[in-house]
Amino acid sequence: MLSLKEKDSPIVRKLLDAGCCARCVLRFCCVGKCSSYQLPSEDINKELLAFLSEADGEQSHGAAEQTQTEDPPCKKLKLDSAPVGQDGSSEASAAHTEPNVQSEICVACLGVLQDFCDLSYTKQVCEVVRKADYKFGSLVLAVSLPAQLSVREHSCWLHIKKEVKEKSMCLDKEDVVQVKDAFKWAIQGMVGKELGTPVLTNSLFEVSVGFTHPETEADCHFLATTCSDCFKPTKNKASVFTRMAVVKALDKISDAKFLRHYPCPPVRPASKCTPLDTTCLHTSVFIAGRYNKFSRELPQTPWVIDGERRMEGSVEELIADPLLSSFRADGFNFSSSGREDVDVRTLGNGRPFAMELLNPHRAKFNGAEVRQLQEVINASSDKIRVRDLQIVTRDAMGRMKEGEEEKTKSYSALIWTKKAITNSDLDFIANIKELKIDQKTPLRVLHRRPLAVRQRVIHSMSASYLDTHHFRLQLHTQAGTYIKEFVHGDFGRTKPNLCALMESEVDILELDVEDSVYVPLPTTLDDL
Amino acid sequence: MEEAEKKAPSVTDRYYTRWYKTDMKGKPCEDHCILQHSNRICVITLAESHPILQNGRKIKSINYRISDGCSRLNNKVSGKSKRGGQFLTEFAPLCRITCTDNIEYTIFSCIRGRLLEVNEDILKQPDLLLEKPSTEGYIAVILPKLEESKSITNGLLTRQQYEEVVSKRTAQQPKPCRDQP
Repeated sequence: MLSLKEKDSPIVRKLLDAGCCARCVLRFCCVGKCSSYQLPSEDINKELLAFLSEADGEQSHGAAEQTQTEDPPCKKLKLDSAPVGQDGSSEASAAHTEPNVQSEICVACLGVLQDFCDLSYTKQVCEVVRKADYKFGSLVLAVSLPAQLSVREHSCWLHIKKEVKEKSMCLDKEDVVQVKDAFKWAIQGMVGKELGTPVLTNSLFEVSVGFTHPETEADCHFLATTCSDCFKPTKNKASVFTRMAVVKALDKISDAKFLRHYPCPPVRPASKCTPLDTTCLHTSVFIAGRYNKFSRELPQTPWVIDGERRMEGSVEELIADPLLSSFRADGFNFSSSGREDVDVRTLGNGRPFAMELLNPHRAKFNGAEVRQLQEVINASSDKIRVRDLQIVTRDAMGRMKEGEEEKTKSYSALIWTKKAITNSDLDFIANIKELKIDQKTPLRVLHRRPLAVRQRVIHSMSASYLDTHHFRLQLHTQAGTYIKEFVHGDFGRTKPNLCALMESEVDILELDVEDSVYVPLPTTLDDL
Repeated sequence: MEEAEKKAPSVTDRYYTRWYKTDMKGKPCEDHCILQHSNRICVITLAESHPILQNGRKIKSINYRISDGCSRLNNKVSGKSKRGGQFLTEFAPLCRITCTDNIEYTIFSCIRGRLLEVNEDILKQPDLLLEKPSTEGYIAVILPKLEESKSITNGLLTRQQYEEVVSKRTAQQPKPCRDQP
């Protein structure tokens, strides 16, 4: 039943003697059969007893053990005493010994594989998951354990290393089943049944359970003095004894040195592990599209100066709000292919954007539902409009920033000239092709960007006369060109600029982004 | 034309606040104008009442080398944080301008902050300084410390206070500033 081999009996005996629980005994015997761990603790105990009695019978050293049965607190003796003289019909006697075995906290797992592998703990976990109200088709269990379990594991390993090697020379510490895996094997079937979904090794939905223990510092302290370089204090960690640091230190310490500083087998703990709150996390959903911005009083992202909000609303909030409520997400990250100033409109096909929705409680939306979401966004405000809304992969976030300089963009600007103009004064503008300009980082962004001179190309321009001081300028430029600075010159820091070309002071009154050509993402969806 | 100008405030009016330092270092009429952008960056310019700009004067030379050991032309900044820029205090000289009448004027920083750039264009075209003193004829760009961005203008005059000073000056002194030695 437990898939134990004859050569396991000295290991079983030694571990029970040291105060290991039944599941930890199976672990150290390298039992890889999940179902063995799913039996109730009492049943595994019973089977261990039966196994030992069988082994004892074969080796017939019952008499030697019998003399020691008078000492009740010693578990080894109890377990050994059960088979003696009673053989197969040890039911009553074995049941009698179990409560004592169970009441002792395991020296290896500190109770994790004793008290938290049952249906009652499973139900607690599942209740939290149900209350969190996620929609999911499967889940993955994540388990976090106190760091000193690795220390105790190592001590137990050294304790039975010789016997394991005798069993098979191929076996090593890595073959011992980890507490984490044993725990998952024990509990995941029940979790799946309770929640009615499969528990997989990979899922977008993660349920995390964890345990802490008050004696972590005390158990690990000796490592800090023997392997001080493994334990560097870090800013956001409460204790230096993280699981990774402890594992690293144990990897480096010699067996002899470990045995000098730490008892082998480990001593009985004063208390068992305490379960941490169960938490749920769903992988982010990424959604992308294009937006138009029709307002000159709407920033792309919330505009905050000295902690104070300037202007109501923002493009990202107008898009995010309906999405957050539909996906029931905790938050979002917004990314776009460039950005426009608060007073600039974005017309044409719109600016590509992508949004990461964090910890969505509902993640699956079909094409029609996504289209419906787009309509909700568009109905919520006339300041923006979204198109091509679609669920995408994580890469789309990064790709938003790709090729920003290779793209070309067209703009439309309303220009004021100080000098009075006639229609023919504008003729020269259409003849300008592939004009190279040198732009020093504009003063308006210089506080947050490096100072540099960047060469940009104005591919073409055209002008349409409005009145003696105004005309409309259409520009087709390399992406990344600062249009406002090209027009007013930015204290002469963009050269040449429209002031110089027109030989007059000129200013830009309005600016619209008309279109951006060559944007690979997101896919244009045909409007039905 | 004037009407059109009134309708549309200039780039400077829209994004910058004008601050003034009059009679810099006690020298009468040597007024400086500091344009502070809403992002805290400051552009140092000559105020229109500065003696250099009074009618018909010409510039002989502009020198950003303010001492044997220090030239503002050597100023270099790198990265977003503008590492390496010279740090200036209120009375740090930015450049010396000599007019054709051999009178030399020193232009000062007026505010504390890191020097980002000086205007090299005025070296080649000194007339820019005379024709467009508050735009293309600027002297330097300075980035105040973030925590000092509000306090650096404490000792400076507002546009209105400056205009009062200038009008008082003309009332007391009928002769224009430029005639003073």
